[in-house]
Amino acid sequence: MKLTLKIWRQENTNAKGKMVTYQLDGVDGDMSFLEMMDILNEDLNNKGEEPVEFDHDCREGICGACSMVINGQPHGPQKLTTTCQLHMRKFKDGDTITIEPWRAAAFPVIKDLMVDRSAFDRIQQAGGYISVNTSGNTQDANAIPVEKENADEAFYSATCIGCGACVAACKNASAMLFTSAKISQYALLPQGQVEATTRVENMVRQMDLEGFGNCTNTGACMVECPKGIKLENIARMNREYLKAETIG
Amino acid sequence: MSALVKSSLARKWVMALSGLFLVVFLTQHFVINITSVIAPDTFNEWSHFMGYNPLVQYALQPVLIAGIIIHFVMGIVLEIQNNKARPIKYKSSPGNANASWVSRNMIITGLVVLAFMGLHMYDFWVHEMAYKYVEVNPEDPTRYYEETVEKFAPIWRVVLYVIAFVLLAMHLWHGFNSSFQSMGAKSVNKGEGLKKFTKVWSILIPAGFIFIALFHHLNHTN
Amino acid sequence: MSVLDSKVPSGPLADKWTKHKNTINLVNPANKRLIDVIVVGTGLAGGSAAATLAELGYNVKTFCYNDSPRRAHSIAAQGGINAAKNYQGDGDSNFRLFYDTIKGGDYRSREANVHRLAEVSGNIIDQCVAQGVPFAREYGGLLDNRSFGGVLVSRTFYAAGQTGQQLLLGAYSALNRQINRGKVQPFNRHEMLDLVVVDGKARGIIARNLVTGEIERHGAHAVVIASGGYGNVFFLSTNAMGSNVMAAWRTHRRGAFFANPCFTQIHPTCIPVSGEHQSKLTLMSESLRNDGRIWVPKDLEDAKAIREGRLRGVDLPEEKRDYYLERRYPAFGNLVPRDVASRAAKERCDAGYGVNKTGNAVYLDFAASFLRYGKIEALTSGKKNATEEEMIALGKKVIEKKYGNLFDMYRNITDDNPYEVPMKIFPAVHYTMGGLWVDYNLQTTVPGCFAAGEANFSDHGANRLGASALMQGLADGYFVLPYTIGDYLSNEIRTGEISTDTPEFDEAEKDVRNRISKLMNGSGKHSVDYYHKKLGLIMWNKCGMSRNEKELKEAMDEIAELRADFWQNVRVPGSADTKNQELEKAGRVADFLELGELFAKDALDRNESCGGHFREEYQTEEGEALRDDENYTYVSAWEYNENPREAKLHKENLVFENVELKTRSYK
Repeated sequence: MKLTLKIWRQENTNAKGKMVTYQLDGVDGDMSFLEMMDILNEDLNNKGEEPVEFDHDCREGICGACSMVINGQPHGPQKLTTTCQLHMRKFKDGDTITIEPWRAAAFPVIKDLMVDRSAFDRIQQAGGYISVNTSGNTQDANAIPVEKENADEAFYSATCIGCGACVAACKNASAMLFTSAKISQYALLPQGQVEATTRVENMVRQMDLEGFGNCTNTGACMVECPKGIKLENIARMNREYLKAETIG
Repeated sequence: MSALVKSSLARKWVMALSGLFLVVFLTQHFVINITSVIAPDTFNEWSHFMGYNPLVQYALQPVLIAGIIIHFVMGIVLEIQNNKARPIKYKSSPGNANASWVSRNMIITGLVVLAFMGLHMYDFWVHEMAYKYVEVNPEDPTRYYEETVEKFAPIWRVVLYVIAFVLLAMHLWHGFNSSFQSMGAKSVNKGEGLKKFTKVWSILIPAGFIFIALFHHLNHTN
Repeated sequence: MSVLDSKVPSGPLADKWTKHKNTINLVNPANKRLIDVIVVGTGLAGGSAAATLAELGYNVKTFCYNDSPRRAHSIAAQGGINAAKNYQGDGDSNFRLFYDTIKGGDYRSREANVHRLAEVSGNIIDQCVAQGVPFAREYGGLLDNRSFGGVLVSRTFYAAGQTGQQLLLGAYSALNRQINRGKVQPFNRHEMLDLVVVDGKARGIIARNLVTGEIERHGAHAVVIASGGYGNVFFLSTNAMGSNVMAAWRTHRRGAFFANPCFTQIHPTCIPVSGEHQSKLTLMSESLRNDGRIWVPKDLEDAKAIREGRLRGVDLPEEKRDYYLERRYPAFGNLVPRDVASRAAKERCDAGYGVNKTGNAVYLDFAASFLRYGKIEALTSGKKNATEEEMIALGKKVIEKKYGNLFDMYRNITDDNPYEVPMKIFPAVHYTMGGLWVDYNLQTTVPGCFAAGEANFSDHGANRLGASALMQGLADGYFVLPYTIGDYLSNEIRTGEISTDTPEFDEAEKDVRNRISKLMNGSGKHSVDYYHKKLGLIMWNKCGMSRNEKELKEAMDEIAELRADFWQNVRVPGSADTKNQELEKAGRVADFLELGELFAKDALDRNESCGGHFREEYQTEEGEALRDDENYTYVSAWEYNENPREAKLHKENLVFENVELKTRSYK
């Protein structure tokens, strides 16, 4: 099939970017979206132009590197799917596809479609862990039973891949789904209780410092999340935060 | 405590609590207003009570005004912050693919309601204040019904009234339920009933206000 | 040729590790603060090593090419992690895990290392649970286990199909804790381009900031390479797009020996290549072979008709199908080990029986299971007179519960509905057992340079068992390396800060800059991918699932020629002073072009078949692998030469005192 691609090109963080239009022929429905981008880049490369820069790595939907806003939707039109797992059969011959980077003040563009998501790392560093030594002198793994329902919920929260689609989708560029998923994982496990108060305070403080917007409960984050992380996590974070600030 | 005021989560709480407070006020307001349709005497009686009871006048009224101001000011502050969080906008829009128009445009519905409240304050509250404190008229516990009915005579005011309440309904459609999510209610799965209640309420109360306006308008002109 | 000393401690197998820990030198806590360690790679091995080293008190710098440590490819591991916990009470023990691993590796791994791995395996689970890793649990709240390929006990811990993700996020959280404490300084979007050796010791690295293009010097008292495997030498593999051998190969160039490069695991159940545009391959979990039957058409004509789209596989009658695994291996059938299943698929496709348009695919068919499960389901739910259709529908529901997510993934990628038509699968490169040679302390032949996880030549011998890669990565990182490195660092407490302002750093940086400028100034005839794809084809066709002397020699020549062409004619657009993905790829492919030739040379040297290494000349009459224990019970450790075919072989003889060497048979 033949496509018209409108792609955001930006030399570096400080440069002014713009949308550039490309025509691409020979796209096959079996290609993944990123393989389509590979062909475009090979084309550009052959013409002596600089290829489009974008983040990607595992190409099986788990590393969370790929990050494109396709026709206004993070990771494109297919639900519960990362950009790398989106296939071109979702598009028609003659389609025009707009491709933009994640847009947020806290995610500055590095180049073209590649953004800096280190804010997410810093939120995790502020408290997204249990302070247990890794030298192996811990108690037996089965010493503390965990209710299966809580263990499963903690797991679902922990399946967040940290791609940032929630921020990209949110009209306020809020990072609450991401932050709350990590807080929830620990809030649901007995191991996480000891540091629950400081964890939620520190992670929320860092999230605010990074310049993400406020949550207005539109729910766009959950709809666009490729892993189906639920809004309940945000409610749980709000509870945890109130608990931390009032009871301590 | 200071963190509670500064943080984004605290702001959610403030919006939610002030919003819920306004919802309660609106309900109370509606209950009084609907008596104007059913029993004008009761309407006069209750209105007089609200207008002259010192507890209402000097304790509840300032709280209400504060609630309104907090909700609107915070709403505008949030809007400015949220805009700053995405300085460069997307060229393409997903439309309603991931979130409803209503949830994305609370600022629009909110500002229209705010504008309406300006008119409303001018119509009733400013008038009331002037009547009581500037002109220093004597108490008249029977004047409220006539005054109210008279306000709904001009069609332009009824039209504005209807528009404002339709937008208020939209505002509440997202906001009422949203306030529980903000306060950490175990909503999504466990609170289906609560969610349904907020949605029904968001339609019913504004529809009731519209009904009252139309009722008096039609009764008066006929 | 020399004989390498693995420095395995003496004494009984089960006491070696304890005794070693008790006797090695340690660094006192006050002195640890004066010592810097560089960790390259932040996957399971690197992330956990960095966190533990920092916790012990060392100053750590981590390097990864991704934007966050959390994106390392360990994250993609699906199935689980083995540990000899014996929670199921089914007779598991450290010795049993040790034995299974040695045997699974076809007797080409080091006994003492494997036993240590088994010993610390239980501790990994304790550690991860304490960190909040949400493993699957039973209703009683205790940890659940599943069984995995080819062993007789249930020892695999898991978190749905995302065990690697959960374990990596656990290590990442430990790392974050140390970053927050200021003990780890992360250098993300950085790539190691060279190792700096001063007076024979590893003293730092040269790295490139991938965003700004800056070349940076970093000094340290020790360098840990935990940069993963080199499966991408085949271009197409289940590895991440960026997975590469650069850090390990640069280390090799600076004197570290590279061991067993030809030991590669080719996983039998992957989604086949769909066309020339293909950039990577996707694994379908091994567990599918429990319920799927593998077949190709019996007649060449039918295979051709299927390839040309004139016939659908699902319509081919039973008597015209060849269930070749069941035919060749009646005892194990579809559940033969990975290496055997892969070779058998290739044999059929090479003979012209492949079933997709490229001719490189076989069927994995669940129709029999639908009926089998459906029958049971119908009977147990009281439908005694269910029709065949009803039973099939019930059976599909059972399969959906077991493998629903895999079926969805398959459908998403291929647009075929595996509930209606059989899956098409083909083997793909998945894991590399070979890597940097290390002694018992995980130290390479360059003092002060260590290697952990898939990057070292590891404990898996010639073939790795399922769910053992995660175990080894975390064992190395959490429990082995942080102690054994102390033995070396105890001599470094008086060294003081490592200066990067020395002739050795100058020279290394100059080398790096020259190399980059050479890459930037090729004649521009072909793109980097052009060379990578060509290399991949040579590797796949001549150094893949089965190898022979003639083709290996051809491969060496072809790779050497391709390498020369690459340096002449490669095209790298843009500038070296900015983010430049083509330049990054070029550097990686340049190293693959050297590794590939050494890989072929290693395969040529090993005149036997073992595990993932199958030499056509060395097989039994029935076409099975024929090991030569008399002459090849050794690790091949290669010393670098600019011309890989001139690389010098060093041997580490493998001594088996606790297990008897046997032939694996699956008939």
